[in-house]
Amino acid sequence: MHVYANPARFLKIARPLTAWLGWAGAALIALALAAGLFFSPADQLQGESVRILYVHVPAAWLGMAGWSAILVASLMQLVWRHPLAAIAGRAAAVPGALFAALCLATGSLWGRPTWGTYWEWDGRMTSMLVLLFLYLGYIALAGAEKEKGGEGRLTAIFGLIGAANLPIIHYSVIWWNTLHQGQSISFVRGTSTIAGPMLWPLLVSALGFSLLFGAVVLMRMRAELARNKVEARLKRMAQ
Amino acid sequence: MNPWPFVIGAYALTLIGTAGVTLWSWAAMRRAEAEAARLGERP
Repeated sequence: MHVYANPARFLKIARPLTAWLGWAGAALIALALAAGLFFSPADQLQGESVRILYVHVPAAWLGMAGWSAILVASLMQLVWRHPLAAIAGRAAAVPGALFAALCLATGSLWGRPTWGTYWEWDGRMTSMLVLLFLYLGYIALAGAEKEKGGEGRLTAIFGLIGAANLPIIHYSVIWWNTLHQGQSISFVRGTSTIAGPMLWPLLVSALGFSLLFGAVVLMRMRAELARNKVEARLKRMAQ
Repeated sequence: MNPWPFVIGAYALTLIGTAGVTLWSWAAMRRAEAEAARLGERP
């Protein structure tokens, strides 16, 4: 990872990768959502409302993956003092917060026709709402610390502490008797209770949104690196 | 209950949110990189 500590070396790879991830992600999302809306079968119990699965699950996955990226970036910043780690953490926060919010909104829209309610204070939904609040706190703290010229150490510590919510979200459906359904896919065991015609659009959708998420993080990192360059140049010119 | 308004609402929210954050990040990147390139050209 320290190979990419040099911003010039990082940008050399990030520039072509941004476009590649963005276009591949958009194409896969279009394919998956068309399949999810028009070609995948309706569920025996839930009927047509099951189609919300293809946007809700990728949003939930990316809401959690965004904070996992913040956790890794925070560790790299605090332990190895990687110069791009703070920038990467901040870059993942806004798209992560967006997907956490989308997970809650689409889950709510799925809940109304399925459970008869938009919201229930159960373990999964409440812990996901806590994740959204953690994102908002992280974004505010990162902005305030950067404005004061700090290195972002406090923000990184907040990123580590906030990661404690990730296992709570994951195990909430096991620990508590929740309205939310249990785990359908296990990557550890390689098993799924979802039928094949529903599973492939879901996996393609999750991959597409993940690639686009990566492109957005790279765009935000490139923007911050360019702004830092302008700031440093203006400081030198003022001296 | 007709599920389609909920399905369409969920898809619309996701697509608008995703497209919004992508375009916003892309515009911010282009603006910042253009500014950096302009300053870099100055003697």
